[in-house]
Amino acid sequence: MSELDTLPRMDRRVALQWMLGAAAAIATRDGRLLAADDTTAPITAKGYGLDPSMVKVYNPGDVWPLTFTQVQRRTTRALCDIIVPSDDISPSGSAVGVPDFIDEWISAPYPEQAKDRPLLLDGLRWIEEEAQRRHQTAFADLSTAQQTVICETFADPAKAKSIDAKAAAFFKRLRDLAFGAWCTTPEGMKAVGYVGNVPTATFAGPPHEALKHVGLA
Amino acid sequence: MPVITANKLRDSYDVVIVGSGAGGGQTAYTLTMEGVKVLVLEAGRSFDVQSEVAMFQLPSQAPLRGVATPDKQYGFHDCSINSGWDILGEPYTQAGTEPQNQFRWWRQRMMGGRTNHWGRISLRNGPYDFTPRTRWGVGLDWPIGYDDIAPYYDKVEMLIGVFGTNEGLENSPDSSPGVLQPAPKLRVGELFAQKHGKKVGAHVASIHRAVLTQPQDAETIPAKLHPGNLKAQRILADSMQSRSPCFWATDCHRGCAIRANYDSQTVHLRPALATGNLDILPNAMAREITLNKEGKATGITFIDKTTGREGHAKGRVVVLAASSMESVRLLLNSKSSLFPYGLANSSGRVGKGITDSVSSSLGAHIPAFEGMPIHNEDGAGPHAYVPWTAHAQNRNCELGFPGGYHLEFTSGRQMPTLTTFNGIDSRSGSGTTLFGARLKEDARRLHGCQLGFGAQGTMLPNDGSFCELDPELKDQWGIPVLRFHWQWTDFEINQVRHQQKHIRELLEAMGGKVKPFVEADVLKSMKPGGSVIHEVGGAIMGADAAHSVTNQWSQTWDVKNVFLADGAPFASTADKNPTLTIMALAWRMADHLMDELKKGNI
Repeated sequence: MSELDTLPRMDRRVALQWMLGAAAAIATRDGRLLAADDTTAPITAKGYGLDPSMVKVYNPGDVWPLTFTQVQRRTTRALCDIIVPSDDISPSGSAVGVPDFIDEWISAPYPEQAKDRPLLLDGLRWIEEEAQRRHQTAFADLSTAQQTVICETFADPAKAKSIDAKAAAFFKRLRDLAFGAWCTTPEGMKAVGYVGNVPTATFAGPPHEALKHVGLA
Repeated sequence: MPVITANKLRDSYDVVIVGSGAGGGQTAYTLTMEGVKVLVLEAGRSFDVQSEVAMFQLPSQAPLRGVATPDKQYGFHDCSINSGWDILGEPYTQAGTEPQNQFRWWRQRMMGGRTNHWGRISLRNGPYDFTPRTRWGVGLDWPIGYDDIAPYYDKVEMLIGVFGTNEGLENSPDSSPGVLQPAPKLRVGELFAQKHGKKVGAHVASIHRAVLTQPQDAETIPAKLHPGNLKAQRILADSMQSRSPCFWATDCHRGCAIRANYDSQTVHLRPALATGNLDILPNAMAREITLNKEGKATGITFIDKTTGREGHAKGRVVVLAASSMESVRLLLNSKSSLFPYGLANSSGRVGKGITDSVSSSLGAHIPAFEGMPIHNEDGAGPHAYVPWTAHAQNRNCELGFPGGYHLEFTSGRQMPTLTTFNGIDSRSGSGTTLFGARLKEDARRLHGCQLGFGAQGTMLPNDGSFCELDPELKDQWGIPVLRFHWQWTDFEINQVRHQQKHIRELLEAMGGKVKPFVEADVLKSMKPGGSVIHEVGGAIMGADAAHSVTNQWSQTWDVKNVFLADGAPFASTADKNPTLTIMALAWRMADHLMDELKKGNI
């Protein structure tokens, strides 16, 4: 790093030690600053505890800090919109906050999410490396067609092996999380045909056309 | 008399109840309506159902889309706080190391206990369920029969409000005329199973659930439940009028601010408090039942969790309703020269005879549902179930197990969760991970096409399933913890094999594509002991003091003024969910308790 060269009064070895010490101190104070580049760094934030308010509306980042780097955020955003593109019926993943959810997920202080963190962060790096290898361009700056071709490679277990043994598992996990996050928003629910969560005076039962559809009327 | 703090305790109460759930709530209700002065100790905090439950909140409004975490082990919006299988500072241990020897223990540390997130399925035990020895030649008969408890089932159902139909089925009893609320219409999936299930002998019927489908009859029910007691009638009428019927939306497990479904506070504690005869002390972790020289219980020692200080609540009678295993733990921890192995344990049976519902599940994609016109299928949780009807075929355990099991449905276009579409690739026949336009199209096409069944069946006590005090470990309050032993017998394994085969043929009868049955998967498909949260027993009732802990009134043989009001006295698990029976037994016990008080016997 060039910063080392701007410390002329220190011996390089001393400077290096000083840098490492300072970095460790910052990491201790605020794990999220450095954690994102090191996929093995543990999340030290606290969870919402055993007695959180259940009625409050929460947004990613409200309970624990988000940890994506700028690059990871950009890549994720682009991936979310390839996984869930917008169409006439419904908006894309990024339009309803899915990238923030992915960030919340990989930054969460719970075991299941901690297990996903290295896979997802490694996977984002593989995506970037693949974009660079093919086009010498960041994934987010590629055309939709180019992004789709890369995703098709990751989505096919047979092809994904050439990238990394876990590349297909990464893409499947990201897809499950991104699509799950999308279809649990009001817009996503509507798009997959969920029309409930509405109070009504009576329960009408299935309409005639639905019964007819399955041979019950 | 209200919800109090430890410094407001009265010098003495007629009855001290440990626990505010179904059993404690029912006992408090029955006693206070008749003028008995009652204290309820609750280990958790007060909880306001009206303002604290999340009914319409979407998963996207919760951290991590509401998935289960170690802090909220049934998901963020589930109506459980300070609760879980594993709670920091409140451990329990396992004697066995193999997966099939593990017991999972859910603790619900909040006012109203487990009734807050209960599934509200309210099935009566039938005559055979009280007489396993007589009927199937195995296990033990209870000291009571169906006829002893039937009037109390009617009373509880009228009080809490249960919808359902009378089907005239063998061993799945009808309620008396006029007791049940009207059953809601069945959904497409439930009707489809009703039609096609007949091919494989499955009888699909309306389920019974503790949810109001119409306003309760506040004109006539109070007089039926409290004849000659005008004050009780007035209080109950007020309570019933304050409840709204279901508005056919939101998951009952999240709790119900409009009071359409049953929870202990809504139905039991609120009117009990209105009598002026009830104090409730929250944040009080019971440690021990105290005893006098004559061998009579004098009250409960507890830890006030707000201060860490120990307190004592005095009562002429002690009722344990802390949940089956917690009540057992209290008995085992109440040691004295008179009872060196725990209170009321002269038989050595305290902790023995634990059972749980025998359970497994299976689901499939039903192609006939694809492309069905979209409509609102929310309703009030499950509306149908498959009761056990193969009594003749299993008269002498010909199927390899005693009793039977019922099936509960999962069906319809439900509110999506984070994981609803995780299996979409195989469901749509794709060898790759779907994404993009096709993913969206397939999700819309396939949503609501999954139909699944969960089985819950009979379990009789066995010598390998019990609990005892761990010789070393204590919880954060210094109270010795439980160590569980768990063992399945061939009965349970045979039953789960039968469940898996039967559900498979039922799904196939509906056109479902299910992977073939594999014998090696039988053990894997069994839900671990305790995980249905139907664990009962541990202080079972019986005909004599040598082989049981309580008599037919849930009164301990050894200490006449100690009673149990949770699942601990259950002598076995039926193919029905236990909560309705817990309430019916608690009401019956409380009536007996008052008789004994009046007679001066306790």
